[in-house]
Amino acid sequence: MSKSKINISNLKLWYGEDEALHGIDLDIADKKITSFIGPSGCGKSTLLRCMNRMNDHIPSCRIEGEILLDGEDIYAPAIDVVQLRTHVGMVFQKPNPFPKSIYENVAYAPRIHGLARKGDDMDELVETSLKKASLWNEVKEKLHQPGTALSGGQQQRLCIARTIAVKPEVILMDEPCSALDPIASAKIEELMDELKNEFTIIIVTHSMQQAARVSDNTAFFYMGNLIEFGKTGALFTQPQQKQTEDYITGRFG
Amino acid sequence: MSLHTMKRFDEELNELKGHILSMGGLVERAIENAVKSMLEQDEALAVKTVERDKVINALEVQCDEMTRSILVRRQPAAGDLRFIMGIIKLVTDLERMGDLAAGISKGMLRTLDHPPRNFSTLDVMGEKVVRQVNRALDAFSRGDTDLAMIVIEKDAGIDVLYKRMYREMLTYMMEDPREITSSIILSNVAKNLERIAAHATNIAEMVIYMERGHDIRHVDHEAAARLLAGED
Repeated sequence: MSKSKINISNLKLWYGEDEALHGIDLDIADKKITSFIGPSGCGKSTLLRCMNRMNDHIPSCRIEGEILLDGEDIYAPAIDVVQLRTHVGMVFQKPNPFPKSIYENVAYAPRIHGLARKGDDMDELVETSLKKASLWNEVKEKLHQPGTALSGGQQQRLCIARTIAVKPEVILMDEPCSALDPIASAKIEELMDELKNEFTIIIVTHSMQQAARVSDNTAFFYMGNLIEFGKTGALFTQPQQKQTEDYITGRFG
Repeated sequence: MSLHTMKRFDEELNELKGHILSMGGLVERAIENAVKSMLEQDEALAVKTVERDKVINALEVQCDEMTRSILVRRQPAAGDLRFIMGIIKLVTDLERMGDLAAGISKGMLRTLDHPPRNFSTLDVMGEKVVRQVNRALDAFSRGDTDLAMIVIEKDAGIDVLYKRMYREMLTYMMEDPREITSSIILSNVAKNLERIAAHATNIAEMVIYMERGHDIRHVDHEAAARLLAGED
């Protein structure tokens, strides 16, 4: 496996008294797509949210262990969570554009982070971000119309453009296609394939076919444990663990 | 292996397996009958064996339809995927074995005007090849990789038998030119049996792939055995 971007070691997480993650060790490869699969409640989304400290917002949530981004502990006291999230962006299940224009959706974060000022710089950043998200050609004539007027698939690509506008290194995707039709999903998958040249992508998905199609590596979680992690092709043809086999062949429960 | 949440999928996989086994049964009988028709110079049996190859061909087509339907509807993964992949390859082997058996019976029909002086070790070779086919199908039926390895190991013995018979036929031809026709037919029959055994070996290799995920084709026997043993 190639160089790793994120190293997770012995990560445990509690929601109140409930231990939701039981000591996860996992290395996420740089500029690859890693997918997390597993039944509902297995901890895959919880783990994804640990990587840009989304769980900080849950008062009862407690974390032990370590997550290193490029060797740096993201839970260290000196870490600025807002800064962290410019490095580790997130795309959610339901497209959630701001109730603003398409242009403003993309320009908002770069502006508050001072990545570009008004005018040409910002125009250029908005254009490149929309191009990287494969949305530019569809919206270039209507940049000042509301983002919420776009179709679901376009909204999701707008959210991806918004994420990449702050030039993150890692993009977390939590079931990014579950609200989309197959064609819009295929466009997102195609986009992910292009984005991985520049970004490290981690995707949580309930669609095993999607995991098999898009990812280089796949991690299978069950009841708060990482059961198996490996190259996607190998995991889907010759899983080493019986639980993995049962899950991906539909023999669960 | 536990059952699928989707029960119909289990039924489909079982139907497919049953289908392959009945096709295998027909192939086994075809080989037996083909060799018997030659040894006993039984014209009627030879004709029947050639005719019955059509049934095997039809089963191959049906099997392909079944696998196609499973692929498109179930999108199998892991062990299920290897099973389907194995079936797709294995069914071609079975169909070819059927053709080769029919070829032996066609050879028999050509000997009618030139009855062979003797059949050399055809009886022994026939028995051993049928045994190999039977073992390969058993290995498939039970998912028995040990038995599959035995099939692979014993294939070398079939090759020896073929070479011996081929040399013997050459000697007959040199001794007496009137024996040329029948000797050529018999050495072709031996060649067909050797090919049938090779297909049985392919099936055995597929069984190992289906059960364990190791592709041991074109790997020497010792290395394959190490691969299988080292895994657990």
